Amino acid sequence: MAGTVLRRLAHMIAVLFGISVLVFLIFFATPGANPAARIAGKDASPQTIARVEKQFGLNRPLPVQYALMMKKLFVTRNLTSFVNLGEKVVPQVFKAAPVTLSLVSGAAVIWIGFAILIGALAAAFRGGWIDRLLMVLSLIGISMPVFWVGTMANLITQGAYHHTWLFSWVPPLGYIPFSRSPLGWFKALVIPWITLAILYIGLYARVLRAALIETMQEDFIRTARAKGLSERQVLLRHALRCSLVSVVTLFGLDFGVLVGGGALLTEVVFGLQGVGYLTYQALETLDLPMIMATVIYASVFVVVSNAAVDIVYAAFDPRMRVRR
Amino acid sequence: MSQATELRIDDIAPPAPGYWATAMRKLRRDGAAMTALTTLIVIILLCAAAPLYARDIAHTNPFESNLSGTVLRHGKMVEVLGAAHNPLRLGVEPIGPSWKLGPYMLGADGQGRDVAARMLYGGRNSLLVSFAAAVICLVLAALTGILAGFFGGWTDRAISWLLDALWAFPVFLLAISLSVVLIAHGIDIGPIRLDASSLALPITIIGVIYVPYVARPVRGLVLGLRQSEYVLAAIGIGAPSWRILWFDILPNVISSLVVFAPLIVALDMLTEAALSFLSIGVQPPAASWGTIIHNGESLIYTRPIVAIAPGLAIVITVLALNILGDGLRDALDPRAKLRN
Repeated sequence: MAGTVLRRLAHMIAVLFGISVLVFLIFFATPGANPAARIAGKDASPQTIARVEKQFGLNRPLPVQYALMMKKLFVTRNLTSFVNLGEKVVPQVFKAAPVTLSLVSGAAVIWIGFAILIGALAAAFRGGWIDRLLMVLSLIGISMPVFWVGTMANLITQGAYHHTWLFSWVPPLGYIPFSRSPLGWFKALVIPWITLAILYIGLYARVLRAALIETMQEDFIRTARAKGLSERQVLLRHALRCSLVSVVTLFGLDFGVLVGGGALLTEVVFGLQGVGYLTYQALETLDLPMIMATVIYASVFVVVSNAAVDIVYAAFDPRMRVRR
Repeated sequence: MSQATELRIDDIAPPAPGYWATAMRKLRRDGAAMTALTTLIVIILLCAAAPLYARDIAHTNPFESNLSGTVLRHGKMVEVLGAAHNPLRLGVEPIGPSWKLGPYMLGADGQGRDVAARMLYGGRNSLLVSFAAAVICLVLAALTGILAGFFGGWTDRAISWLLDALWAFPVFLLAISLSVVLIAHGIDIGPIRLDASSLALPITIIGVIYVPYVARPVRGLVLGLRQSEYVLAAIGIGAPSWRILWFDILPNVISSLVVFAPLIVALDMLTEAALSFLSIGVQPPAASWGTIIHNGESLIYTRPIVAIAPGLAIVITVLALNILGDGLRDALDPRAKLRN
């Protein structure tokens, strides 16, 4: 087990190194990317560009630039924005993280709950109209662009129906910290949670239904039935537990991606100042260090959660461990 | 003279229908999949007819702003961009939908352009980007997956490492990073030159990022085929590699690719919409459903139809693609799984 963990961690570090190199190359070495000209602004004179190059160390060899950038990102953490000079990038990412974490965790609770409910119902009534209806709804859920769902949610809760009894409790767009007002935090996030959860409810419900139907063919299910358990007990106590494995794997990956900035569109639509929103703002001003910092920190989340999933897996299932 | 009739084997046991014929028959009986396919064809035809609509029904150029134009509505001339209905009369309010076939059927956007005509033109770009990107993705994935799975060794190790690196990268952030850098300057690598505003840019980016989704299952499939008896036999009698790849491996891979195709087009369409919504996808003055939603965001409380309509178009198209994908999977290869 210890060997598995060590090997997985080594792999994780290798992947992180690869990603950081890739991100760096995309932003600083793509043919035509020319970061100095971008910082200097439109129609800058060659002298200005040369000065900017020197100031930001962009005239040095790429490996040196890479090492400097990584040092500023992870060791000294004093990488400054190219746009708002003097503004430090890393603390901003850390300040934004709780917002994203609140958004994604709440949505995760909703999507796991509903996905299990829908997946189990559909599998229990396999082939019937309940199954068909739930699966059509799930398919619609995974076919909707999340930013459009968010815009529609805003239209309903902030616009036309805001003054009806149904939605008058919805606060204006934006984030309210939990420490300031737990109830306000909850109210501000309910609609974003549901918006973000819809896609994953559909995705997970479909996966869970397929896994349940497959599990129901297994021998141990026949044994459970033979010993006289009711169909409901067989489904909920035996089959569901086994089928949840496929959902857990997906969950680890998706949660990491979302915390790392995959929730960008939801954050933008609802004006939540999370990590994704930072990336979005940096996009508008083409603030390279900011984009790079958010993307690299995002990949750290993703890669770490991938590794965590594998290690948890190995802990549960000895077959997944590395054999000597 | 005896009439000796020659008895052929076909008369006793007619040849069984082939794999594809069986699959097609199964698909034709699948009502949901056929409805989805019909819907898709209708959408594609409608979007292809965009210039006709703009010329003969809307009578506008959907790429030109029309800030001071007027249009006949309920028997009187109305300004396309009227004064806003707030107390201070600040800003303008585009004309609303007439819900009748004709000019401004779905109203105007913030620049006085016909939303319905832009929807059709935008649909062309959305469809073009997602289908072209899917072709790039499937071709690259088939190539890398087959090479890695068939030749093994260092080829496999190199390709798998590359795919793993791409895989570990949060796919949406990869698309954003590439788009940000490339949209500003375009690509200029030796013979390959892509203009920043060209559609080829989002097509290439979206095409590349989903390659691991398809290449990994293809590699797994080929790894299995490589050990199958008929491939081993072909190797044993000394068939050249290209012959085995072409006649024994590729036909088996094709069915998986066909199953994945609509799902990848659907993913591509959602990605294109998201990138365009962030204004790093299809660049103005060209439109796509994503850019129209982006334009409609600022009008959401006055003229919500500008954002609602293209969103519905995306949902219907993607839903049809997903249903078709499910149907193809059931007909061709029930165990095929994307993202594996």
